[in-house]
Amino acid sequence: MRAHLILKDGKTFRGKAPLGFGGSGEAVFTTSMTGYQEILTDPSFAGQMVCMTFPEQGIYGIHHNLNEAARPWATALLCRRMTGVPDHVFAEGDMGTWLRRHRVPVMTELDTRGLTQYLRDKGAQPGLIWTESEGSLEAGVAAAADLAEMTGQALAPEVSCAARYDIPTPGARFRVAVLDGGIKDSILKQLHATGCHLEVFPWDTPASELTDKRFQGLFLSNGPGDPAALQGMRKEVEACIGKLPIFGICLGHQLLGHAFGGSTFKLKFGHRGANQPVLDLATGRVEITAQNHGFAVDEASLPSEIEVTHRHLSDDTVEGLRHKNLPIFSMQHHPEASPGPHDARHAFGKFVAMMEQYHA
Amino acid sequence: MPKRTDLSSVLVLGSGPIQIGQACEFDYSGTQALKALREEGIRTILLNSNPASIMTDPIRADATYIEPLTLSILEKILEKERPDAILPTVGGQTALNLALEAAKSGLLDRLGVKLIGAQVEAIEKGEDRAQFKDLMDELGLETCKGGFAHTLEEGHELLKVTGFPAILRPSFTLGGSGGGIAYNIEEFDTILRRGLDLSPITQVLVEESILGWKEFELEVVRDLDDNVVIICSIENIDPMGVHTGDSITVAPALTLTDPEYQTMRNAAIAVIRGVGVETGGSNVQFAFQPETGRLIVVEMNPRVSRSSALASKATGFPIAWVATKLALGYRLWELPNVITGKTKAAFEPVLDYVVVKMPRFTFEKFPQASPVLGTQMKSVGEAMSIGRSFQEALQKAMRSLECGHPGLAGAMEGKLDLSCIKEHLLTPGPERMVWIYQALKAGHTVNSIVSLTGISAWFLREMEEIVELEGRLRGFSVEHLPEELLEKAKRSGFTDAQIATFCGATEAQVAGRREALGLFQVAKRVDTCAGEFVAETPYLYQTWDECSEAEPSDRPKAMVLGSGPNRIGQGVEFDCCCVQAVEAIRAAGVEAILVNCNPETVSTDFDTSDRLYFEPLDFESVMAAIDRESRNGNFLGVFAQFGGQTPLKLASPLEAAGVKLLGTPLKAILDAEDRERYGQVLSKLNVPAAEWGMARSMDEARVLANRISYPVMVRPSFVLGGRAMAVVFDEKGLERYVREAAAVDETQPVLIDRYLDGAQELDVDLVCDGKDVAIAGVMAHIEEAGVHSGDSYAVFPPMGVEEGILETVKDYSRKLALELGVKGLMNLQWALKDGVAYCLEANPRASRTVPFLSKATGKDWAGIAARIGLGQSLAEQGVKDGQPLAVAVKGVVFPFAKFPEVDPVLGPEMKSTGEVMGLGSTFGEAYAKALLAAGIRIPLEGKVFLSVNKNDKAKLPELATRLAGLGFQLCGTEGTARHIEETLGMKIQRINKVAEGRPHAVDLLKNGDIQWVINTPMGRSAYQDEGSIRKEALRLKIPCLTNLNAALAACEAVETLRKELRVRSLQELS
Repeated sequence: MRAHLILKDGKTFRGKAPLGFGGSGEAVFTTSMTGYQEILTDPSFAGQMVCMTFPEQGIYGIHHNLNEAARPWATALLCRRMTGVPDHVFAEGDMGTWLRRHRVPVMTELDTRGLTQYLRDKGAQPGLIWTESEGSLEAGVAAAADLAEMTGQALAPEVSCAARYDIPTPGARFRVAVLDGGIKDSILKQLHATGCHLEVFPWDTPASELTDKRFQGLFLSNGPGDPAALQGMRKEVEACIGKLPIFGICLGHQLLGHAFGGSTFKLKFGHRGANQPVLDLATGRVEITAQNHGFAVDEASLPSEIEVTHRHLSDDTVEGLRHKNLPIFSMQHHPEASPGPHDARHAFGKFVAMMEQYHA
Repeated sequence: MPKRTDLSSVLVLGSGPIQIGQACEFDYSGTQALKALREEGIRTILLNSNPASIMTDPIRADATYIEPLTLSILEKILEKERPDAILPTVGGQTALNLALEAAKSGLLDRLGVKLIGAQVEAIEKGEDRAQFKDLMDELGLETCKGGFAHTLEEGHELLKVTGFPAILRPSFTLGGSGGGIAYNIEEFDTILRRGLDLSPITQVLVEESILGWKEFELEVVRDLDDNVVIICSIENIDPMGVHTGDSITVAPALTLTDPEYQTMRNAAIAVIRGVGVETGGSNVQFAFQPETGRLIVVEMNPRVSRSSALASKATGFPIAWVATKLALGYRLWELPNVITGKTKAAFEPVLDYVVVKMPRFTFEKFPQASPVLGTQMKSVGEAMSIGRSFQEALQKAMRSLECGHPGLAGAMEGKLDLSCIKEHLLTPGPERMVWIYQALKAGHTVNSIVSLTGISAWFLREMEEIVELEGRLRGFSVEHLPEELLEKAKRSGFTDAQIATFCGATEAQVAGRREALGLFQVAKRVDTCAGEFVAETPYLYQTWDECSEAEPSDRPKAMVLGSGPNRIGQGVEFDCCCVQAVEAIRAAGVEAILVNCNPETVSTDFDTSDRLYFEPLDFESVMAAIDRESRNGNFLGVFAQFGGQTPLKLASPLEAAGVKLLGTPLKAILDAEDRERYGQVLSKLNVPAAEWGMARSMDEARVLANRISYPVMVRPSFVLGGRAMAVVFDEKGLERYVREAAAVDETQPVLIDRYLDGAQELDVDLVCDGKDVAIAGVMAHIEEAGVHSGDSYAVFPPMGVEEGILETVKDYSRKLALELGVKGLMNLQWALKDGVAYCLEANPRASRTVPFLSKATGKDWAGIAARIGLGQSLAEQGVKDGQPLAVAVKGVVFPFAKFPEVDPVLGPEMKSTGEVMGLGSTFGEAYAKALLAAGIRIPLEGKVFLSVNKNDKAKLPELATRLAGLGFQLCGTEGTARHIEETLGMKIQRINKVAEGRPHAVDLLKNGDIQWVINTPMGRSAYQDEGSIRKEALRLKIPCLTNLNAALAACEAVETLRKELRVRSLQELS
C-alpha cells in the first residue's frame, strides 16, 4: 500500500506500507549496517521510528538469539527495501511476518538517505506513517503536527521489568543490583559473563533496596526517553552514590550525570550506529563503539569531582565519566555492542575490577 | 605534531607494468601516497617502470625514476638519492618483494634506509604461509588443514590430511599464480610440480578444500598507537574456489548476522596485530561456513591491495592516503576524514548503498585457454557500480563491464545453448551470472542453483526478482506501462533500452513514457557516513529515489568520459590521459566533471575531478548526468577523446541528443573510423594505403584475397582493436579462418587487407587545433608489421628510420589531421615498405602511446588536447613538436604465465596487459632496461637456441654473426643450422625438433643446457612443435624471443648490460 512518512514540521516522504498499517514515533536514523533485529528489539528505541540508512534489510531473517528484548520496541521500521524470503541456515522467519505479528509498521521504498539528511539538518522529530487508506495527505500533515516531542517523555516505566528477578551464578563472588530502565539482554549477558550474580530491579526501585548490603555493586541500565524526565529515578540514584561501586551505561550514564548535579541536553539528531569513534582520554586510544542516544550529558554542568574520561571524536561530547573519589564510572556508548564492534567490551571487566578493589 | 621528524625524503616503490593480479589500483595507491608525502613537505622519490601510470607524471614526485624494478637499479637510485626511508606498501607484491630483497641483501642497512609502513618481519609473517599458519594457531584462529610441500613426496603425505579435492597454492607468486584445485592424484601431481617450479622458494601450500564456503574480505587500517579500524567488508558472491580477483563481490557484506560479522571483525583485528603491521592498511580474507560457524583465515596482505582500492572507492575512504600519513607517525584520530572535512579518520565508514564489483575477462584473446575460473586469477580489469539496491547495482555492473550486456535481463539473450546450463552452473566461467539468469528463467529453482553453484540463496532470489520483472514488463506495450511497474523496474536497475526490448519499443519511447510519469534519476553522494554528516566531496552516483543532492554549480564546466574497466588494448594509459585532461580543464578555471566506473583508477579518486559520477558509460547514465549538470552554469560540452574506444562509441548518440562534443567533431571521428570514408580521405591527399576490401561471402573473400595477393590480413569488420585479426598465407588459411574465427555473410562482412610482409611500423601521436599540428612523437616498432602495435616494443625517437621517409610520414600525418578536422589528439599507424609509407589506420583520440610520449618528451599531450577543446590554440599554448629527453623504448608484458595452455606467440591480435619504459642515452641501454623492466633476463653468456622460419632466413646471418661475436654458443634446428653454415660457413650444433626424436630441444631446455631461445613461428603446421618449446621456455623463465628484429635489438642490449646501466630521473632529463 502506498504511504507517506509525514514529519511534525510538515515534510513528507513517499514510500510503501507493505503491512498495510501505519504508526508514529520520533523519526531517528541509525547507520549500523548490521543488526536490524537487535536494533528493533532494543528497548532504548521505544517511542521511536527507526530509519535504517543501509538500504537492504531483513536479508538473514529473524533469529531468537538476536533479540534484545522479548518484542520489538521501536514503533516503526523505516527502510528502502525489505527482503521477503530470508537467507540464513538458522533463520526462524522473515522480517515482515515477525513485524506484523508484533504490529510494528514498516515503510519501504522510502528515500532513507533523503530522510536521514533531512533529520540531520533539521533535527530528529516526531512523525507518522500515513497510508493512503487513512485519508488525504493534508489530514496526515495535520495529525503529524500534533505529535509530542521526545523531550520531556519518561519512557523507562513503559519498558522496565514489572518485578524483581534473578540471573543466578552459583558461587559468584559478586552480587550486583541492576536497575532496569529498559535494559538490553546483551548487557545482562555481558555482566553475567563476568561471573556476577545479577538481581534485576524495576525502574522505580528505591535506593535502600539497591544498596542492600548483599550487593557489591550497582549497575544502571540503558533505556529510552528523556533522562531529565526521570526525576524519581535520579533521586534514587543520587541516594546510591557513595554506597557501593556503580557502573552506568547510556541512560544509566545520563542519570548519573543528573545525580551528580549536572544536566543533559537533546542532541540535534543523536548518535546512532555501530561506527562511532570514542577517544579514551587516559590512553589516547580510539574505540569504535555502538551508540544509540538522543540526549547527552552537559559537560559544563558537572561538578569538579567528576572527570570526563571519554569523548566522541566527531563532536567532542561526553562519552564517559568517572568520579574522582568514588568507585563510579559510566559510559554513554554501548560496550555490550549488539549490534556493533566489541572494542569497548572490556568495560564489564573494569566494573568487576572496581568491585574487587573496593571490596578487597 | 606526532609526525616522525626523522624523515625528510622517502622513496616510493611502484608496481611496474600492468599484469593480471596487479593493475592500476597501484597507480591509484601510489599517486595518493605521493600526494600524502608531499603535503608534509617530504621530498619524494619514485621508482616505477610503468610510463602509462599517472604517478610517473613528473609533477607528482620530486625525482621520478622510470627504471626497472630490480635490486641493482634500486641500489643505484638509493646511492644517488639517499632517501631516509622506503615506502613499500603501495606498490603491490612487486614493491613488497623488492623491498624485502633489498632488506635481506643488507642494502638498506648499509645505506641507513628505513622501511616505513611495514617491517620485514611483518611482511614475512603475512606473506610466508608457514609463519602465517603458526601465528594463526597462536592467536587461536583457524586456518585450513594442510601444510607445505617442498617435494612431491611431502605433497603426498599432506594429501592424507586434506583429502580430495585439495587446494594447492605456490608461495610468493603473483595473484596466486600457479595454484589450482586437484580432484585426483594426476591433477594433484601436475599442479604440485608446476607450483614448486613457480615458487621462488620451491614451496607449495596443500590444503583441505573449503570450496563453496562463503568468502569475505575485510580492509583493516592500524596506526602506531594500535588503533585499528575496519574500512570495508566485502562479500564474494562467488564462494570459495574462485580467486577473489575473479569473483563478483558486494560491499558491504550482506548475508551475515551481526554476531557473525563481529567475530570476523575481531579476527581481522587480531590478525593485523599479530602480524605486526605497524601502520597502514591490510587486507584479511576469510572463509565462513554458517552451518558450523567455522571461520577460517585464508590469507592477509600486509599492504594496500586491489581490494583496498575497491574498498576506497566503495566507501569514499582514501586508504592509501591515510596509510601513508600513518606511516609518517600520525594517529588515526589526528587525521581528518577528508570526505566530510569535519570528522576524523578514526571511524568505520558506513554505506547507504550497495556496491557490486565485477571482473572483466578477455578469454576471447586466448582461444586456447579454458574459460574456467579457479584459484588462479585470470581477469584483467574490473568495473564497480553503486546502487540503492543490490538488484540495481548488479545490473549497472553488468553494463559497466562493456561486454555488450544491457544489464542482467536481456544479456546474451538467445545466444546461449541452454542445454548445457547445468555444466555452466557447476563450472564457473566469465558469464556465470548470465547462465544463472537464464537458468532461473528456464525454471530452475533457487535451491537447485544454490547446490550447483554454492552461491548464497539471497543473491539468487534477487536475480529471480529481476526475472519476474522482465516477465511483467513483457506483458505491456510502452504506452500502457504502469507507473508502479516502471518505477520498480528502474529501481531494479533496468535501463530504458532494456525495457524497450521487452516492450517492443525504442529507447526514446520508453524514456518519453518515463519522463511523462515524472521518473528521473537523482544524484546521491558517496560520503563515508551514510548521510550522518555533511560531506564536502562531490563523489556522486545516480539512482532512482525521491531526493537529489549535490546540486550542479553555476560555473562553466566540461565533462570527460572515462575508459571503463581495464581490458587488453584499453588500460591505464587512457586513465592517465583522462586525468591529465581533467587537470588541464581545472587549471583553465573550468569545472571538470568525470564519468567512469573503474574502481582501480586515479580518475575515480574523490579529488581528481571537481565532480565525479561513478556510473556506467552507457547513454542513459551519461545523458542523465549531462541533463543535471546543464541545469545550472554553462555546460560547455563533453570530451570523448581521452577514454579510448569507450567514449568514442557514445559520441554519435550524444551528438544526436544535442550534446556538444568538445574538441574533435563527430564527423572527423566517423571519417576516420569508417574504412570507406577514410579511404576517400587518403586518396584525396594522395596518401598511400595498403590495398583492402570487404567481403560478404566466402567466394567474395577468395576473389578479393587473390586480387590483393597473399599474405593478407583478415578481420571481422564489426570489431575493433585487433580482435580476431589474423594473417593468412594462402587460400587454405583463409578458409580455415572463416570457418574457425569469423563467420562471413551479408551482415557480418570480413575486412581483407594486404599484409605488408616485413614492413617497418610506425606509431604517430599528434595534436591538432584545426590550424596547426604538433607531432607529439613518432615511434618505430622493433617488431615488424604483423605484430599488433600494442604488443610491439617501440623506440622513440624512431631510430633507424631514414630521415626522408620520416618527414614524409610526419607531413602526411599533419595533412590528414587537418583534412579530417581533428581538434585534439590523433594516433596514426604507418607501415614502411620499399620506401613507401602506407597509412594503416587513424584514430582521432588519445592512444595507448600518449602517456609514453608524454614521459619521453616532458609534455602533457592530453592536457594540451584538452586546452584545444576549450579553445586555446597550439600557438597560444606555445606548443611545438615533441623532442625526446632521451632514447625511450617501450616494452610490453604478457599474461602467458596465467594461461599455460596458450602458445606465447605474437600476432595481429593484441595480448599484452601492460607496458614498461626503458630510458637511456643509447638504444642499447634503453632497450636493455625495457627488457629488464618487462622481466626478461637476457643472458650475458651461454647457449642460444635458434629456430627461424623461411621468411626470416634473410636476417639470420646477421644475427648469428652478432651472437657469435658476443661470445654466445649457438645451436639450432636442422634448417636453421644449415642456413647459417651455407651463408656464413659457421658450423653450429644441430638440435632435434620435438617431432624428430630425442633428445630434442625441450629436453635440452629442461636440462638447463639452453639459456636463450630465439624462435620465429613457422606457420600453423609447425605450431604444436614450436609451441611446446616456447611454452617450456616460458615455464622455465628462459627468455624466448619470437622475432628476429627483437633478437637483433637484444644483441645491442647485451653489449650495454655488460657495462654499467645509468639511472637518471625525468626531472634531470628535462
